[in-house]
Amino acid sequence: MSVEAREARQPWILLSPALTAVALLLFVPLLFIVVYSFWLRTATGADEVGFFLDNWQEALTDAFYRDILLNTLKIAAITTLACAVMGYPAAYFIARSKGNKAILLLLLMLPFWISYIIRTMSWINILGVSGAFNTAMMALGIIDEPIQMLYNEVTVILGLVHFLLPFMVLNVFVSLDGIDTNLEDAANSLGATRWQAFTNVTLPLSLPGLAAGGLLCFVLGAGTYITPLVLGGPTDAMFANLVFEAIITQLNWPLGSALSLMLLVVLGALVLIYNRYLGMAQLMKGLG
Amino acid sequence: MGWNLVRIWTVLVYLFMFLPVAVVVLLSFNASQFGSFPMTGFSFRWFVELAQNEAILRAFRTSIVLGLLTAMISTTLGVLASLALVRYRVPGSNLISTLLIAPILVPEVVLAVALLLFLNFLQINKSFTLLLLGHVIFTLPFVILVVQARLVSIKRDVEEAAMSLGASPRQTFFQITLPLMLPAVLAGALFAFTISFDDITGTLFWKPGGVETVPTQIFAMLRNSISPEINALGTVMIVMTVGLPLLGLAIARQVAKKSGG
Repeated sequence: MSVEAREARQPWILLSPALTAVALLLFVPLLFIVVYSFWLRTATGADEVGFFLDNWQEALTDAFYRDILLNTLKIAAITTLACAVMGYPAAYFIARSKGNKAILLLLLMLPFWISYIIRTMSWINILGVSGAFNTAMMALGIIDEPIQMLYNEVTVILGLVHFLLPFMVLNVFVSLDGIDTNLEDAANSLGATRWQAFTNVTLPLSLPGLAAGGLLCFVLGAGTYITPLVLGGPTDAMFANLVFEAIITQLNWPLGSALSLMLLVVLGALVLIYNRYLGMAQLMKGLG
Repeated sequence: MGWNLVRIWTVLVYLFMFLPVAVVVLLSFNASQFGSFPMTGFSFRWFVELAQNEAILRAFRTSIVLGLLTAMISTTLGVLASLALVRYRVPGSNLISTLLIAPILVPEVVLAVALLLFLNFLQINKSFTLLLLGHVIFTLPFVILVVQARLVSIKRDVEEAAMSLGASPRQTFFQITLPLMLPAVLAGALFAFTISFDDITGTLFWKPGGVETVPTQIFAMLRNSISPEINALGTVMIVMTVGLPLLGLAIARQVAKKSGG
């Protein structure tokens, strides 16, 4: 074999284990659940192979699934908005701070290393009946009886914001950090106030980062089932809880397949729209 | 004035991120038998009880073995793929990159369901193997992203110099490229281990009955009742997942200093 041919083959040899893994452990399984979603769970518990539309009909027409899907999207949207409002000024501060930028960035990375389940359950220590808030309020004599503030939609959103905020701050920071500060100075010297310089120059330039952070917050938020199980009440199920319920509890795998694919289509569409207009590169900057 | 507002806002945001976690650590040293407020004294009793809890120790062993194996496999696959993408001009490299990071573009629940159902169809039931395969595919994109970002900064000149001085490609790889890549490889492995160690979303789908990892063990304990041991367990986990990377960072810095980097 010629040197060129060997040279051309080499990258494929290096790539083949990873590509095989992704093909066999992601793409083929995804195709498989497409097929599986047309099978049918029978009364005996066995799955009947065939082409049945029952699961899809149930998933797409039952108001129960539709309402929870819409509610899940609503929760993800509120979470994303809250992350943007809370995270943007913080990211701006980090990007423009001089002395302690390194330590602020290091602190920003820490939440990524602290377990999701621990960060989620930590709110029980704060808002629970014998948590910090109630204990403090009772000690101050403001309330006599502890108030149950947990296990509702608000605490689910709170937990999600706490989990996802670092993703937002990091992505906005990455794009703010890449903006030449001379641009703001130039705007100032041309007569813009500091606020005008921000809204007309810096903010538009940082929108790609805001969009990347927003996409991550929304997609990760809408795909969770742990937060509602830990911080939500019995009626606060999100769409991924339905998937978990169908697959793990009811063992109705054909229906679970259909529900999974519904979630994939809805969230995948967002990723594709994002990719179409902004490209994946921005997203990878924040992750890498 | 505006800048001060931004400063105060930032302080509040950091407090929001860290205060609840700090409370977990604080309460893990609480002497009270309920593991909640008020603090009645300082004590290590919950850590002692943790160390004697067979289920928790088992979960730790499972998590560590799983994390190490995941890191090994996923780093091997990831480093090879990153080398190909950074070092060679591969036709369609954009598409390949997207395919390789696809596991994190798909919601983890969906990945979990697809893998569980497909491998079950292949007669691989819920088992440690399934858990391992799931963690490998989920951590692979992160490894590739991290390793690729660091590989770009290694210059080819050094390798070419070695080759021109008569080193074989094999010698060049093991004596020049690999040592230069080592920080990237370690960073990738550490990342894979941490993500695997923390994962719960996929793990709950893949783990066989009776097998628990640390996060699923915490989850199970939460569902029963808030046992005071949870805070202690949380503290141990924070020390592990925050302390270890910080240690790694410090070591990397020392090594870089010594080699004059």
